[in-house]
Amino acid sequence: MSEWVRIGETEDFCKDLGGCVKVDGKQIAVFNVKDKSEWYAVQNMCPHDNRMVLSRGLVGDFSGIPKVACPLHKHNFDLTTGKHVSEGEINDLITYPVKVQEGTVYLQML
Amino acid sequence: MKKKIVVIGNGMVGYKFCERLTDKDTEDQYQIITFCEEPRPAYNRVNLSAYFDGKTAEDLSMASREWYEERGIELHIGDKVAKVDRHKKIVISSKGLEIQYDKVIFATGSSAFVPPVPGVDKEGVFVYRTIEDLEKITEYGKKSKSCAVIGGGLLGLEAAKAAQDLGLKTHCVEFAPRLMPRQLDDAGGLMLKDIIESRGINVYLSKNTKKIAGNGKVTAMEFSDETTLEVDMIIVSAGIRPRDEVARECGLTLGPRGGILVNEKLQTSDPDIYAIGECALYENMIYGLVAPGYQMADTLAEQFFGRDASFNGADMSTKLKLIGTDVASFGNIKPQVPSKELVINDPHGGIYKKLIITEDGKTLLGGILVGDADMYSNLFQLYQNKMVLPEDPMQLILPTSDDSASGSVGVSDLPGTAQICSCEGVTKADICAAIDNGACSISEIKKITKASTGCGGCMPLVTSLFKAKMKEAGVQISNALCEHFDMTRQEMYQIIRVTGIRTFEELIEKHGKGSGCEICKPAAASIFASTWNLPVLEQPSINDTNDAYLANIQRDGTYSVIPRIPGGEITPDKLIVIGEVAKKYGLYMKLTGGQRIDMFGAKLHELPEIWKILIDAGFESGHAYAKSLRTIKSCVGSTWCRFGVGDSVSLAIRLEQRYRGIRAPHKIKSAVSGCTRECAEAQGKDFGIIATEHGWNLYVCGNGGMKPRHADLLAENLDEETLIKYIDRFLMYYIKTADKLMRTSTWMDQLEGGIEHLKEVVINDSLGICKELEAQMTHLVDTYECEWKNAINDPEKLKRFKHFVNCDDTDETIEFVDERGQIRPATYDEKKQLVAV
Ligand code: SRM
Ligand SMILES: Cc1cc2nc3c(=O)[nH]c(=O)nc-3n(C[C@H](O)[C@H](O)[C@H](O)COP(=O)(O)OP(=O)(O)OC[C@H]3O[C@@H](n4cnc5c(N)ncnc54)[C@H](O)[C@@H]3O)c2cc1C
Ligand code: SF4
Ligand code: FES
Repeated sequence: MSEWVRIGETEDFCKDLGGCVKVDGKQIAVFNVKDKSEWYAVQNMCPHDNRMVLSRGLVGDFSGIPKVACPLHKHNFDLTTGKHVSEGEINDLITYPVKVQEGTVYLQML
Repeated sequence: MKKKIVVIGNGMVGYKFCERLTDKDTEDQYQIITFCEEPRPAYNRVNLSAYFDGKTAEDLSMASREWYEERGIELHIGDKVAKVDRHKKIVISSKGLEIQYDKVIFATGSSAFVPPVPGVDKEGVFVYRTIEDLEKITEYGKKSKSCAVIGGGLLGLEAAKAAQDLGLKTHCVEFAPRLMPRQLDDAGGLMLKDIIESRGINVYLSKNTKKIAGNGKVTAMEFSDETTLEVDMIIVSAGIRPRDEVARECGLTLGPRGGILVNEKLQTSDPDIYAIGECALYENMIYGLVAPGYQMADTLAEQFFGRDASFNGADMSTKLKLIGTDVASFGNIKPQVPSKELVINDPHGGIYKKLIITEDGKTLLGGILVGDADMYSNLFQLYQNKMVLPEDPMQLILPTSDDSASGSVGVSDLPGTAQICSCEGVTKADICAAIDNGACSISEIKKITKASTGCGGCMPLVTSLFKAKMKEAGVQISNALCEHFDMTRQEMYQIIRVTGIRTFEELIEKHGKGSGCEICKPAAASIFASTWNLPVLEQPSINDTNDAYLANIQRDGTYSVIPRIPGGEITPDKLIVIGEVAKKYGLYMKLTGGQRIDMFGAKLHELPEIWKILIDAGFESGHAYAKSLRTIKSCVGSTWCRFGVGDSVSLAIRLEQRYRGIRAPHKIKSAVSGCTRECAEAQGKDFGIIATEHGWNLYVCGNGGMKPRHADLLAENLDEETLIKYIDRFLMYYIKTADKLMRTSTWMDQLEGGIEHLKEVVINDSLGICKELEAQMTHLVDTYECEWKNAINDPEKLKRFKHFVNCDDTDETIEFVDERGQIRPATYDEKKQLVAV
C-alpha cells in the first residue's frame, strides 16, 4: 500500500458535495456525506462517456447507501464500492480510501 | 383442407373479427382472406381526431402488416371487392383477384351520408371518416379562415372541435332543434349549446341547408329561412349510410333504408354470408358505435367453432370525447316502463344531469350528463349491472366538493361480470385474472386484456381496479416522489409553504428519510426557489447539475453561457461585448432557437470571470440552465412591421423582465406576436400573446418540444394590466399544482376539466385562490435578484468554480478541435490521436 496523501482541509470541501483533486496526475472525485462525517473517493471520469465530471454530480443515497449521480446522464454509482447501480451495462468505478485526521483530509493511491 | 373465409372490409370490426377468429383457431381450421379498400390496414377510427393532435397513421394503426402475416391472414390492401358471385361462390376484387370462398363476411362499415343539397360537390366540402379525409381537411384548412360543420351530433361536434383546433372560425349547423338529438333531451341539448358556444363555436339549430354557394369553391351556405352564412369550407357530418352496394348487387336482402339485413346469428339472407359492424342491420337498427360491432365480431367468431352464440342488440351508451366538454348519455332515456326522473339543471354552472330510475327508485334505467360527466363510468356500471341504487339516488348526481363522492361505486362493489371496457368487452373478472397472472402495470393490463385500447373511456376504472387489486395483494402503489419522500411534489409544495421550511436538511429530517437523491433534491430546490426566492447557490448540494453551477454542462464537461436578451432586442454595444467575451475566452458562438446568443466551451473556472464582464456591461443571467422562464420571443410588431397591430417588443420585454428568474416545475417559454401572422410562434409556447385590434389574446400550455402542442386560448382582447394579472395567476397555479418536470402542456393534458377549468380558476376565481396566487407572484417579482450577480460577489459561492480543490490546474482532458473557424469538443477518438501525436 502506498502512503496517505494530504488533499486539503475539510473546509476546502463543500458539505454533501463532491470536489475533484489531483494526485499523481490523476483526477479523483472526493465526496462527503452526513455533515462531513463520512468521506468517499472514486475516479473522476464517468465510465459512461469517459468525461471528467463525477465530482460535479449530485450526492444522495439509495436504501441508505451513499451514491453519486453523474451530472451528464444521471448514471448512479455506489460510493462505497464504486458499483454502477443504474440500468445499463456500464463499468464500475475505482474507489480510493480516504480519511480525515484533525480536520485534514487524506487519500491513499493504490 | 382449411375453410376459406373472405372478410370484405378491413375496418375496426373486420380487423376485430380476424383477431378473434385467429385467437380461437387453435387447430388451424380456417384461412382468412381480407380485402381492404383503404390504402392501409385497419386503424382506430374512433380516435381519428387524435390525428390532429399529431398522432400519425402508424400510431392509430390496430395492427402491423406483420401481425397479419404471423396469423396467416391474406391481406389485400387498396383492393376493393367489386362483386360476390354467390352462384359460383367466388369473390371478385377490383384488381381482378378471384377467391373461392366457403363463407363471406361483410364488414364494409358505412360512409358519411351527404345530403343531396345543391352545391355539395363544390371544392371545399369534406366528410370526416378516414385518414385521407383528415389530410384533405388539414390541407384546405390552411388556406381557409372559417368552416361550417353540417350536423350537430356526436361526430359533428367532434369535427367542429377539430376545425376550431385548426384555427378556423367554426360554425355548427344542425337540422334538429337541439344538439345531439339522439342522445340528449331538450334541456340537455340547450345546455350543451351554451357550452359549445362559450367555446367560440357558433351553433345554429333548426337550420335546413338549401344550397351551398360559390363559384366552383364554397363561399357560403344558404338556408331555407333565407339566411346565409359565409364560410370557406364545410364538413358534412349528417349521419352515416351503411356500405351495402356490393351486397345489393349480389341480391342479398337489405333494409328499406339500406343496411344488410342479419338475424341474431348475423347471417344474411344467404346462409353462407354474414354481415357485422356498421353495415349490418339488426332489428331495424344500424349500430354506429364500435362496441356493438366488436360484440358482433366476437359472436360470429364463436359460432365458427360450433359454439352457440348470438347477437341480441347492444347498448348505445356514449360519452363525447371532446376534451373539456363533458357530455354523456347511457341506457334508455325514454323508457317505455313507468319511471321517475331526477334532474339537476344549473345554467349558471353549465351543468345538466338527469337520471331515469324505476318507480321504486331501486334501479337506474338511463341518464344524461352535460357539463360534468365525471360520474359516467360509475353510473354506467350501476345501470349496466342493474345494481341496487343507494337510498337517496340524488346523491349520485349532486356536485361534490371532494372526490370521495358519496354515491360512487367502489370497484370492489362491482360483480366480476361487470363490463369495464365496452369497446373490447373486457369484464372486471378478465382484468382481475390478468393481474392474478402477473400483470403488474396498467400497460401490461392493456396489452393482455386489450381493455382501454379503444376509446380509452374506461381508463379511470381500469386504473382504480388495478390499484385496488394491488392494495389487496399488499403491494403499495405509491405516489411517492422517490424513496426519501412519501409524497407528491404538490404535497411537498404545500408542506414547504405552510411550514415555512427553507432548507433541505430540515425538510428531509421532518418529512422524509435518508439523505435524498437526484430526484427529490432538485424538486425541493425548485420549490424553495418558487416559494422563498432565495439565490439557489445558498444550498448548492441540492441543485441539479446546471443550477449547481448556474450554467449548462456540455458533453465534454465544459459549460455554455447565455445572457438574457429580453424580447430578443439587443444594442450593437451589447453585441460587441458578447463578441469580445467570446473572443477573449475562445468560445464557440451560436444564435439559439430562443432569439439569443449562446457561447459554448467555457471551463468551470472561467464562468465567474466571464459573468463579471457580462454583468459589468449590463447583462444578467439568462437562466438557460434553470427550470424557469427562458425567453420571451417577440416579432418586431407595430413599431416597424406594416401589419402590426400591437407593440409586441415592448410587451415581450416587459413580461420577460417581470417573470425572469421565476423557478417552476419545468422551464417556461413565451412569445409575443404583433398580429395574427404570428411570427413569434406564440401558440407554441407555455404562454403566448397575440396582438389584436382590441388588445391581447392570451394562449396557454403550448409546446414546441418533444411533443408539440397547440396552445389553448385562455382569454381574448385583454388590456395589458388584465393580461398580466391572468398570466400571474396562470403561472402560480401551474407552479402550485404541476408535478416535477412537467411542462405546462402535459400539465394541461392531465388537468381535470382542461382549459375550461383553467379559465374558471384564472378568470372567474372559481377556487377563490387568485388573491393568494397574485400575492405570491408579487413576492417573486419583488425579490428578484440576478443570481450570477449574487454569486460573483460572494467568495463562498465561488469556491466551487474551480476544477481541482487541491491545486489551481485546469482540466487538461478538455480538448477542442477546429470546425468552420470555431472550436468544438474533440471526440474521444480525436483525443486519443491528439495524445498520440
Ligand atoms: C441552445 C438551444 C438550441 C440552439 O442551439 O438553438 C437549446 C439547447 C438545449 N436544449 Fe432546447 N435549446 C434551445 C431551444 C429550444 C426550443 C426552441 C425555443 O425555445 O423556442 C425548444 C422547443 C420549444 C419548447 O420548449 O417548447 C427546445 C426544446 C427542448 C427540450 C424539450 C422540452 C419539452 O418539454 O418538450 C429539452 C429537454 C428538456 O428540457 O427536458 C431541451 C433541452 C435542451 C438542453 C438544455 C439539453 C441539455 O440538457 O443539455 C440543451 C442545452 C443548452 C445549452 O447548453 O445551452 N430543449 N429547446 C436553444 C436555447 C434557447 C435559449 O435561448 O434559451
Ligand atoms: C371521427 C369518428 C369518431 C368516432 N367516434 C366513435 C366513438 O367515440 N365511439 C364509438 O363507439 N364509435 C365511434 N365512431 C364510429 C366507429 O368508428 C365505427 O362504429 C366503426 O369504425 C365501425 O367499424 P366497421 O369495421 O363496421 O366499419 P369501418 O371502420 O368503416 O370499416 C369498413 C372498412 O371497409 C372498407 N370497405 C367498404 N366496402 C369495401 C369493399 N367492397 N371492399 C373492400 N373494403 C371495403 C371501408 O373502406 C372501410 O375501411 C367514430 C367514427 C368516426 C368517423
Ligand atoms: S435538440 Fe437535442 S441536441 Fe439539439 S440542442 Fe436540443 S437537446 Fe441538444
Ligand atoms: S457521462 Fe456520466 S452518465 Fe453519461
